[in-house]
Amino acid sequence: MTIIEARDLTLAYEGVTAAEGVSFTLAAGDYLCVVGENGSGKSTLLKAVTGELKPAGGVLTVDPELRRQGIGYLPQQSKIQRDFPASVREVVLSGCVRGEGGGFLWRSASKKKADAAMELLDIADLAERTFGDLSGGQRQRTLLARAVCASDRLLLLDEPVTGLDPEAAHGMYAAIRRINEERGCAVMMVTHDVGCALREAKTVLSMCRGHSFFGTVAAYERHERLDEAADEILHHHGHEGHSVFAASLTRELNQQTEKARSGGEGGATA
Amino acid sequence: MTIGDIFASDFLVRVILRGLAVGTLVSLCSAVLGVSLVLKRYSMIGDGLSHVGFFGLALASCAGVGSLYSMEISIPVVILSAVLILRLSKNDGRLNGDAACAVVSTGAVAVGTLLYNLTGGRSGDICSSLFGSSSIFTISGKDMLLSLALSAAVLVWFVLSFKTIFAVTFDETFARAAGVKTGFFGLTLSVLTGLTIVVGMKMMGSIMISALLIFPPLTAMRLTGNFRRTVVLSAVISALSFVVGYLAACWCSLSETLQPVQTGAAVVTVDLLVFCAVYGIAWLTGRIRQKRAGKTAD
Repeated sequence: MTIIEARDLTLAYEGVTAAEGVSFTLAAGDYLCVVGENGSGKSTLLKAVTGELKPAGGVLTVDPELRRQGIGYLPQQSKIQRDFPASVREVVLSGCVRGEGGGFLWRSASKKKADAAMELLDIADLAERTFGDLSGGQRQRTLLARAVCASDRLLLLDEPVTGLDPEAAHGMYAAIRRINEERGCAVMMVTHDVGCALREAKTVLSMCRGHSFFGTVAAYERHERLDEAADEILHHHGHEGHSVFAASLTRELNQQTEKARSGGEGGATA
Repeated sequence: MTIGDIFASDFLVRVILRGLAVGTLVSLCSAVLGVSLVLKRYSMIGDGLSHVGFFGLALASCAGVGSLYSMEISIPVVILSAVLILRLSKNDGRLNGDAACAVVSTGAVAVGTLLYNLTGGRSGDICSSLFGSSSIFTISGKDMLLSLALSAAVLVWFVLSFKTIFAVTFDETFARAAGVKTGFFGLTLSVLTGLTIVVGMKMMGSIMISALLIFPPLTAMRLTGNFRRTVVLSAVISALSFVVGYLAACWCSLSETLQPVQTGAAVVTVDLLVFCAVYGIAWLTGRIRQKRAGKTAD
């Protein structure tokens, strides 16, 4: 069943066009990675899906049931204040806010849900800690647990591993995969990490000005623009002095391409 | 006058209790609303609304409604301004939030002062609407009932929507995606802040009232890293500071040897002292812990 469908979508932010000609579909239980350079409108696309931003053109259909039930959204990390007095448990519980009635205390059903989500993300022992005192990885796991509480049908993740060390990033990816596979929850993840998109996702939406690509991971790997994209990334990051990072990324991309070639044309996402 | 004399007078006891009841409830309301305002970086909206409250008082005095103070006029004025400020502070590229607040609040003070001048108001009127009444005998029975009803409404709303308030204050984007009507929440928050300001303004003065919104939440945030505890602590600190400051002001006003002091100034000073004490102690314990950590490292 299709839960999100976009056809020839144009997105504009304060009158400036952020993306145009974007088309994709997301089925229930799917795992979609949205990749593209900075400023290609990836995060803006998520805003359109949550309903925060009205599309400037084209058609965006989101299952109305989904909007009513609520969407689990993990915003970009920088937006939340470090000095906010809130415990991990409170933050995770706030994901259940939609189903709550009035009152000062949380319902026991919500508490159970939050406990299960904290268990799933391995943060149960942090429950009483203050959110702002946590490490980056712990904070992201907390916000992911909150998103899990908000919806069991769709998670929207905006750069979930940015700023995390490799180990924490690995843990995040594993947790997201578990939520997708075990709970059958659809995932739409924005990332600039193409390597992860190819490793983790089932479908890929690559946003470039003018020529967006949407298809399965295998199709994306065949997509002739891959090498060119790697060059662009090398150029972009090299310019900012992150040549080591760019080189490793290129190496990874090359390996992926190699694998895709040797794996043959019919290779699905194993 | 001694304490015994005060208790011997039914009238004085009634006046003091009236002030205590209204002031404590206003302190509770402002302390809980203030937590959300401070954390959402809306402190300036509270400040802006209190200046608009001054304009409301000027309008009331100019229209000749009742005495100096009339909630019937200032309530609608403040509610309209709350909506206006919130609209202006929406980021649509015309004015940013704090500039919008500054425009509305300074504009309101200017026009309010002119209104007082043109209608022959005494400078004492301007002074007491800015800094609060210097007398403690200012709350009529009718004022008290209206104040109690408004404060009760604010507290009931806060308790009933506590979980939504937390979700939206912590992360508005997430709350909106999760299906919370965040626009309506923002509007309710600023309208209720406006109401609290109107109710508290007579006693505290329009300049002092925004301190009640800001000091207790900041003090409470230093003491705990848990939202619910922050709200409860903020309310307790605010109410206790009010009672201490108010009783001190009453004592000064009634004593024969001391000069009368303004209630608002006394209460805010107590709030300030508590704030400084908590921050000072936190800083000291932080230093001691650092030193200890340094020693064990050696």
